[in-house]
Amino acid sequence: MSVLVFAPVQGGILKKVALEAVSFGVRLARSRQSVCSVLCSASASADTVKQLLDLGVSVNYRVDHDLSDSDSVTYYMAQAAASCGAQQIVVSNTYMGKSVAPRLAVRMGIPLASGVIDFPQASETGWEVRRSVFSNKGYANLQVQGNSCVISITPNSFATESHPSGEMKTEHMVVAKGAQEGKIRLNRVDRVAGKIPLTEAERVVSAGRGLKGPENWHLVESLASSLDAATACSKPVSDMHWRPHEEHVGQTGITIKPDLYIAIGISGAIQHLAGVSSSKVIVAINTDREAPLFKVADYGIVGDAFDVLPRLTEAVQRFRAAHV
Amino acid sequence: MNIMVCLSQVPDTTTRIVFTADGKSLDKSGVQFIINPYDELALTKALELNEALGSGSVTVVHVGRADSESNLRKAMAIGADKAIRVDADATDSIQVARELKAVATKGNYDLILCGRESIDYNGGVVGGLLAELLGLPLINIMTSMSSNGKDAEVSFDVDGGRAFAQVSHPFVATCQKELTEPRIPNMRGIMMARTKPLEVVSAETDSGPTQVSRFDLPPAKSGCRFVDPADMDQLVTLLHEQSKVI
Ligand SMILES: Cc1cc2nc3c(=O)[nH]c(=O)nc-3n(C[C@H](O)[C@H](O)[C@H](O)COP(=O)(O)OP(=O)(O)OC[C@H]3O[C@@H](n4cnc5c(N)ncnc54)[C@H](O)[C@@H]3O)c2cc1C
Ligand SMILES: Nc1ncnc2c1ncn2[C@@H]1O[C@H](COP(=O)(O)O)[C@@H](O)[C@H]1O
Repeated sequence: MSVLVFAPVQGGILKKVALEAVSFGVRLARSRQSVCSVLCSASASADTVKQLLDLGVSVNYRVDHDLSDSDSVTYYMAQAAASCGAQQIVVSNTYMGKSVAPRLAVRMGIPLASGVIDFPQASETGWEVRRSVFSNKGYANLQVQGNSCVISITPNSFATESHPSGEMKTEHMVVAKGAQEGKIRLNRVDRVAGKIPLTEAERVVSAGRGLKGPENWHLVESLASSLDAATACSKPVSDMHWRPHEEHVGQTGITIKPDLYIAIGISGAIQHLAGVSSSKVIVAINTDREAPLFKVADYGIVGDAFDVLPRLTEAVQRFRAAHV
Repeated sequence: MNIMVCLSQVPDTTTRIVFTADGKSLDKSGVQFIINPYDELALTKALELNEALGSGSVTVVHVGRADSESNLRKAMAIGADKAIRVDADATDSIQVARELKAVATKGNYDLILCGRESIDYNGGVVGGLLAELLGLPLINIMTSMSSNGKDAEVSFDVDGGRAFAQVSHPFVATCQKELTEPRIPNMRGIMMARTKPLEVVSAETDSGPTQVSRFDLPPAKSGCRFVDPADMDQLVTLLHEQSKVI
């Protein structure tokens, strides 16, 4: 019996979403007198062994595969689950998680809860999990029947805690060649190097029509880079091709939950707020004091973005230089 | 191609979400339901694919009650050839996927399109569940597609980038923005939709392994603190000392 977690690796190190998922998995295992097993690619560096040990992992499955496509991850996760008798599966609700979680649930014949934002509680018939619905306009408590479940957790919702377990077994999984499906012939993957994926970002700097045109985005990017933040935008901005589509946040774009969301020249339409209102702290910069964004903001600056942005960027840089 | 489009209906995006007093369901009074925006893209893409090939048919399939029929008519006005409604309350993703599977296995489809997620329950899982139930490949979060009816060229979003691939029909794909622009029904389409078939079939099961016990709203924000635009050092200090986010 075990909890099994998928831990994505990038450049040899465990991604932040992997640490969150593993930590969640360990906590889940501890609450059920069970142990936590983790699957990761053998490309993970030696340091990751110590990291997983510190987090409280009992078994680490490693496969000689980069585990960057969802068919392979689904396949190896199912193999690992069978090997450790996993009853609960934990993945992060990234694009990878969204592709893996439903297929694993069907393959294993167990229920599925996606986009989980709180630690699950035991209930009479199984357990209760909490997820956000209506693009963060509400929450739902979901009753899951039975003991087993595939859980995908919302990135940036759970802290990483260490629970050194003292001992961890590393198992190199050997899987017969040709066992994978391979029905999808991958030609290439274009990755945006050095950019923080929006859904995984702890800080997001976002701008709207108030920025007037794409030529002004260097102001947004300077602030973002001073904060190590990802960049986002409102829907009209991506519709007008000022910014790429994958930056569009909101009800019909990406739903995000960073620690800090800075909205510049964005009015705060209900569809926009839906995607960002779960952010822990919201800062709004707008010339119009009546802009709806100020209703959900923690900090407001009534001012012209073209004046405020350079000053804010400098202030952040000063702060960072003093706090290295 | 013979294409199945899975269609859900969702509250209009301007809806202020209110739950019933017992917290068990959405208060539907005054709520207008629309076709899920991603499913509208799926439908349009299905029509475009067949137009490019010069033949084929598009069936929209929905798991839900009769109150969704105006949206199914709308889908036929946009261009779908027929609609199938599985008569059940959709309460669980696995339940919905099972019903969709039952329809799919009777239809001999070359392609099954879903939305990337429904903007109401935001599961983003029905496409993946359906693909696995049918034993078909899944192209998740698809951003472009062309097809000769046998093989397709697709691109799709992955974490931190975009993938380009080929896949043979049949397969399941979930549609992401960028795939196309949604179509609006015209008068002729609306007239024709009246005589197109809307088939109602009974459900195989009436529930799935999960059930919502309670909905609630996010806590209200405590209010905005305005900071002098001339003093950005103060904002940075607040973000560091009070909010601890930098
Ligand atoms: C079905 C549907 C779905 C939608 N989904 C989404 C979605 O997912 N995400 C989304 O964002 N929108 C969505 N929208 C659009 C939404 O309704 C708004 O139109 C949009 O969010 C407005 O974008 P904006 O705030 O950038 O522009 P505007 O509303 O034009 O706001 C610009 C703001 O900039 C301020 N401003 C102007 N100049 C300056 C300056 N120099 N300095 C500082 N501030 C300045 C103005 O005061 C104003 O508040 C959707 C709409 C529909 C109908
Ligand atoms: N009740 C339903 N009937 C038909 N298709 C549905 C239904 N619910 C969801 N879908 C399809 O599955 C996609 C993803 O939904 P979800 O997993 O609920 O976010 C939607 O965009 C639809 O294509």
